[in-house]
Parts: sequence; structure tokens; C-alpha cells
Amino acid sequence: MRVHFKTSYNQDIRLFEDKWTLFVYSLLIILSFLMPYILDVFYLGEMTNVLIWAIAGLGLMLLTGHTGQASLGHAAFLALGCYSYAILVQKGVPFLIAFPLSSVITGVVGMIVAIPALRLRGIYLAIATLAMSILVDDVIVLAEPFTGGVSGIFSEPIFLFGMEIDRWGTPIAFYYVALVTIIIVTFGYANIMRSPLGRSFVAVRDSEVSAQAMGVNIARTKMISFGLSCAITGLAGALMGLFAGIFNNETFSVVISIQLLMMIVIGGLGSIHGAFFGAIIIGFLPQFLSISKEYVGDFIGGSAVAIPGLEFGVFGMILIAFIMFEPNGIYGRWVKIRTWFELFPFYRKGMFKRQKSFLKTERLQ
Amino acid sequence: MEIFQLLVSGLANGCVYGLIALGFVMIYKATEAVNFAQGDFMMLGAFVMIGFNNAEYLGLPFAVSIVAALVVMGAIGYLLDRLILRRVAGESQTSVIILTIALGFVIRFVVGLIWGHEPKSLENPIIGQDIAFGGIVLGLEDVAVIVITLLLTLALYLFFQRSKLGLAMQAASQNQLAAYYMGVPVKRIQGFIWALSGIVAGIAGILFATKGSVDPTTGLIGIKAFAAAVIGGFGSLPGALLGGLIVGIIEPFASRYMPAGYSQIAPYALLLLVLIFRPSGLFAQQRNKKV
Repeated sequence: MRVHFKTSYNQDIRLFEDKWTLFVYSLLIILSFLMPYILDVFYLGEMTNVLIWAIAGLGLMLLTGHTGQASLGHAAFLALGCYSYAILVQKGVPFLIAFPLSSVITGVVGMIVAIPALRLRGIYLAIATLAMSILVDDVIVLAEPFTGGVSGIFSEPIFLFGMEIDRWGTPIAFYYVALVTIIIVTFGYANIMRSPLGRSFVAVRDSEVSAQAMGVNIARTKMISFGLSCAITGLAGALMGLFAGIFNNETFSVVISIQLLMMIVIGGLGSIHGAFFGAIIIGFLPQFLSISKEYVGDFIGGSAVAIPGLEFGVFGMILIAFIMFEPNGIYGRWVKIRTWFELFPFYRKGMFKRQKSFLKTERLQ
Repeated sequence: MEIFQLLVSGLANGCVYGLIALGFVMIYKATEAVNFAQGDFMMLGAFVMIGFNNAEYLGLPFAVSIVAALVVMGAIGYLLDRLILRRVAGESQTSVIILTIALGFVIRFVVGLIWGHEPKSLENPIIGQDIAFGGIVLGLEDVAVIVITLLLTLALYLFFQRSKLGLAMQAASQNQLAAYYMGVPVKRIQGFIWALSGIVAGIAGILFATKGSVDPTTGLIGIKAFAAAVIGGFGSLPGALLGGLIVGIIEPFASRYMPAGYSQIAPYALLLLVLIFRPSGLFAQQRNKKV
């Protein structure tokens, strides 16, 4: 077990706990840069998809996992990022400007949306964002001159340093674009969480009233959280558009919003790792299902049967199992396993047990 | 005349929304959780009824099927609470929201497996019969939906306000710990309320299936029922019905008098407007949380 002897307060907010952690994460980054030489093209494409989902997951994690504002409407911001990027590129703006700019646009719109949303909490916020996600679907159709409506628009290939990058022609370069983006986003995210701003997010999540009593400006904190969350989601949206090539109003339906929220719950609410774990599940579940269906088909001797809706059914069951047995998600389980090994043989069953809470209404009767 | 016709069809649709919203509100009143799968519950109720009643499945008589379907729905509601929701008591609201959404996915998947994905309709004795008075033609099924919904809302309202069990339910949600101390069997009550909401969903499903066809994605109208519940204030049973009626009436009028493309967003736009300007609904019950 690693014991930290702390000699200054700054040690509490270090980005890496100690040299070993730094080493592990550096190894991970090096490994992910070497991925194109390890995986074949198909799985590299899947990895890119996972990275893009992870960026979107990070965006939602900031809002839901760390600030405690459940949003069922993040597909709307994905769409906004995607369309604003595609339209900017069509107008001739270069990638290096259009990409961050689409993120800024999404972030600003997110902050504007946050103004009425500040008055809502809990289920009301979830329902409002759900309605927004449904509305955006129709708004895209209505705004046909810009968005192409039902027939959709193309996202043109990226031109970067004299190279043309697109998902099919140069999958390796596209993977690196996604990888660099996610490294920058994750680094920024981790740094925000060390700052007073990040801790005020967590304070608002844990108890709004207590946070207010400690001098946190709730409205401002929530607005910044919305803005940052949407900005990150906008980046993911732009990449998603590039990944899909062509997209229309149904690419970012309300189902995507729900899937995003489910993803971070499975990964583990309130941890950066959770967004990555969840994205891996989301990204590889369809492949896993089709492979296991083939095995089952071989096993019972029949051909693989197509079962419509299987993916969502299985996904729902996995999710129910997680919330029942491991509410902290994959990351929570990972922390438990790690602690078990670190403390061996002194791990106790009740170490991660949380205090029982009793319910009290927020309604007047 | 045309306006009146639109009004009646809107009222009948609104009653179904209202019934689903009643299911939300009941569970919210008693457990502070929101069942995002209530729409899928309704869809399940419709299919269970079809399974009992239609000739291609069991082919039981209509009245027997109704009783059987409601019993099955009640049992499903109770089992869901017993096996799943009771274990997540005390989790964050986000977790419970996600859990019920996932339940909805699973219900849709299971229904698709059992009954297939094609639209089905319920064989029933009142379909296609009309009542005509004063030049207005009303479908008998529309009238039945409206009457049954009103009676059911009244019964549930009286149950919550007057009966001992209803008061115990309110106590269990207002302050769970204090309710335990006062000898209220909180767990049993929560199981009971889930069973009751299963039955209400069953009734909504049967009424919906008499009006038209159902398929596994029908449950998505639960989102419109959200609009109903929010407009009504999410804690008030008559409010939920009123909200349902408002949404139901707006829909046909919007599609009649507004340009295509704008009409289907009307209920959601209304929902957002209510949330922005009157966040806790028309019958507000919110207050600031104390630490």
C-alpha cells in the first residue's frame, strides 16, 4: 500500500497523487498513441467512436456527475455543436478556428439555456431538458435552409496542416484528432476539478443550501457548469458529425440524450474515469452482442436470429443491474477492487457503505 | 360544430394523458420518485389486455379479460417495487430516473418479443358505435374514456385525501423517518402504491387500446403525459388530469390551425413555457429545502 505523508495543503489538490500514478497515466497516453499500430482499421474506427462518446460523456459528467444537474437533453447540444461546425466549415472557416468556435457557440447557448433552468431542479430539470431535446429535433427540420432538414447535410473532411483528414480515407489521422481533443479536454477537466470553481460544483451537487451558506454563488456556478458542459459536448458533437459524415435531425434524437446519461451512470457518476468506462460499454456493446449472438446461434445449432430492440433491452438490463448492485458504476467497483488489493488482507466489507438516507418531501402539503 | 368535434377528440386523448400522468403523480406523491416508464407501463397494460381478450391469443370474454389484465398489471407493479425499486431507496434522484427509463427499455423489448412489433388493436364490444345528439357525432369509446377517467380521478382523489391508507401514503413521503416512528408500514405502502399505479396504467392502456392501435413504441406518449403532470404541478391528482386535458385539447387545435411542422411541437413548447414561467406547475407545491 502506498502511504502519502502530506507536508503541505497543495498536496491534496495535485493532479497526480504520486509518481506511480503519473507513470500509469503516461503509459496509458503512450499506449493510446500507439493504438493505430496495434489495432486493425475496423477496431480503430470503433476506438475513435468510443473516444468521441467519451468526450460527450465528459461534458455531461461535468454537469450531472459533478454539479448534480441531471440533463436528459444533451443530444440537443451535440446537434448544436455538430451543425454549427459543419455550417462554419461550409462558409470557409478553417478547422482550427471552426472547431473551437463551434464549442464556444454551444457553450454560450448552454449558458443562455441555463438561465431559465436555474430555477428548476431534480426531476423538473430532467423533464425540461427532455422536452428541449425533443424540440430541437423539430427545430432542425423547421430550420431547413441552414440545416438541410430531413435530408441532412455533410460534414466536409478536415483540412489540417495541408492534409485532408476524414474518417474513411485516413482513419489513423482522424483517430489522432479525437485523441488529442480528448486529452486536452480531460486535462482541462481535471484541472477545473482542482480549482475553487470545481469544488464549488461539487458543493452545489452535495447540498445547495450548504453551498450557499459557505458563500458559493449558486446561480453563477450552475451557469458556468452548464456553459462548460455544453462547450465540451459541442466538441463531441462536431467530431460525431465528422465521424458520421452525413447527419440529419434524427442523428441527435432524444434517445442519444438518454444513452449519454445512461452511459455516465454505468461508468460511475462523479468521476472522470466513469465517462471513459461508460463510453467503452456503449461503443463495444453492439459488437459484443452480435458476436455473442453468433456463438449462441452456433451453440443451439440454428442460424443467428435477428431480435429487434435487443440492444436496448440488454442495455436496460445492464443498467438496472448496475443501479441495484453497484450504484457507483464501473469506476466505483474498480476503486473497491483496488482498495482490496492495496489493503490486503485488511479490507472490510463495510468500508464503502454509505449512510442510510430517509426521504423527505420538498412539496408543501 | 367543428370546434366541438375537435374538443371532444382532444378531451378523450387528454384523458389518456391524464391517466398516465395520474400514475406519475401517485408514485411521486408516495415515494418522491418519478416513474419515467409509466408510458411503457400503459403500453404493457394494453398488450396484456390484448393477450387475454383477442381471439388470436387467449380469447377470454371482455369483462373477464379486464379483471385479469388489471390483476396482472397490479402484480407487475408490486413485483417491480419489491424486486427492484425497494433496493434503490436512498439513491440519488438521477439514479432512480435512469433506472425507470431503463425499465421502460426492458418493457418495450419484452413486449416486442412476446407480441411482436406490428400495431395491434383490441377487439371490444363498443368500437365503431356512435352517439349522436344535436348534430354532433361522438364515438362511444371517446365517451367511455372521458367518463371512466373522471370517475377514476375522483376515486383516487378521495382515496388520498380521506382514507387512512391514503393519508399514510402522504405521511410516508412527507417524512419517511417520522412515518416509521408513527408505525406506518412504509415499505408495504410503497409496494401498494406501485401496484395501484400498475392498475391505473392498465386502465389507461385498455382505454387507449379501445381507441386505436398500440405497438411497443406507444409508450413514448408518456413524454406528453409528463407535460400534463408538470402543468398540473406534479403533486396534485386533479392537476394531473387537468394538465392532461389541456395538452390533449391543444394538440388537435394546433394541428388544425397551425402550419405543419409547428403543430407537433406545441405540447412541448407549452411544457417549456410552464417550466420557465411557473416552474412548479399551475398548482404549486414546492418550497425551499431545509438542510
